[in-house]
Amino acid sequence: MTMAMIGGGLIGLSAVWLYLSLGRVAGISGIATNALLRVRDNTWPTLFLLGLGIGGWIAYAVVGPRPAIVLDGKESLLLLVAGVLVGFGTRMGSGCTSGHGVCGMARLSRRSLLATVCFLMVGMATATLLGAL
Amino acid sequence: MKQLSGLLAGVLFGAGLVLAGMTDPDKVLAFLTLGSAWDPTLIYVLGAAVVVTFVGYRIVEKRSAPLFDGVFHAPASTLIDRRLLGGAALFGVGWGIAGFCPGPALVGLMTFDPRAAIFLVAFVGGVVIYERWFSQAPVIEVAVAETATVDG
Repeated sequence: MTMAMIGGGLIGLSAVWLYLSLGRVAGISGIATNALLRVRDNTWPTLFLLGLGIGGWIAYAVVGPRPAIVLDGKESLLLLVAGVLVGFGTRMGSGCTSGHGVCGMARLSRRSLLATVCFLMVGMATATLLGAL
Repeated sequence: MKQLSGLLAGVLFGAGLVLAGMTDPDKVLAFLTLGSAWDPTLIYVLGAAVVVTFVGYRIVEKRSAPLFDGVFHAPASTLIDRRLLGGAALFGVGWGIAGFCPGPALVGLMTFDPRAAIFLVAFVGGVVIYERWFSQAPVIEVAVAETATVDG
């Protein structure tokens, strides 16, 4: 629980810093889309993505590396289906866990609150159903 | 400074996700799967992140402008429509299948998690499909239009 709150606190600090420095909300699906699909003004979003990797490296050095991962065909197929849904859904719904769940909720946006409740409930229903199969 | 600010924000965010355990899709799925093995960790992560952001935003909003930009760019839309909820629902299905959302997947890609690499290839596909055929204001074409204006 302590690590969870430290990690969450760092995510919050990141969001606050991005708003203080650039006046931007830290919505990762939006930042990633801008970094990958825009041809102009995409330097800071690209560096943000690079920073995610650097931060990840540093943190894994602190807590120890993740165990090796063995993938089978079924899991790979599920990851592909999930990726398309998440990519499509974040664009259609204008945000993901970070944009709606963290930044939007912190701004007390009714839009983000409803989106967050919606994806949490649907995510829980999906995972619970698949887990029961 | 503008570019370095983005980098620093990314570093903090990526480190936070790993320390919180959110880059492990099995841990996220253990939160999303209701039952006897339910893992509430994600609530603490989200709760801490929202509280810090809530307080921080209020302090930052006392300023007239950000440090390295002329204006704040907080999303202005208050529209609650089928796109918002339909998109959130589709996102929820994908999240519930894989336990990955974009942030943790990007950290995973750059720390050589093969699951994240597969997920992200499909993620980009999903983004492009939406922007190309479903978006009312596609990012791809907006970018082209803006470039055209600037370049004359």
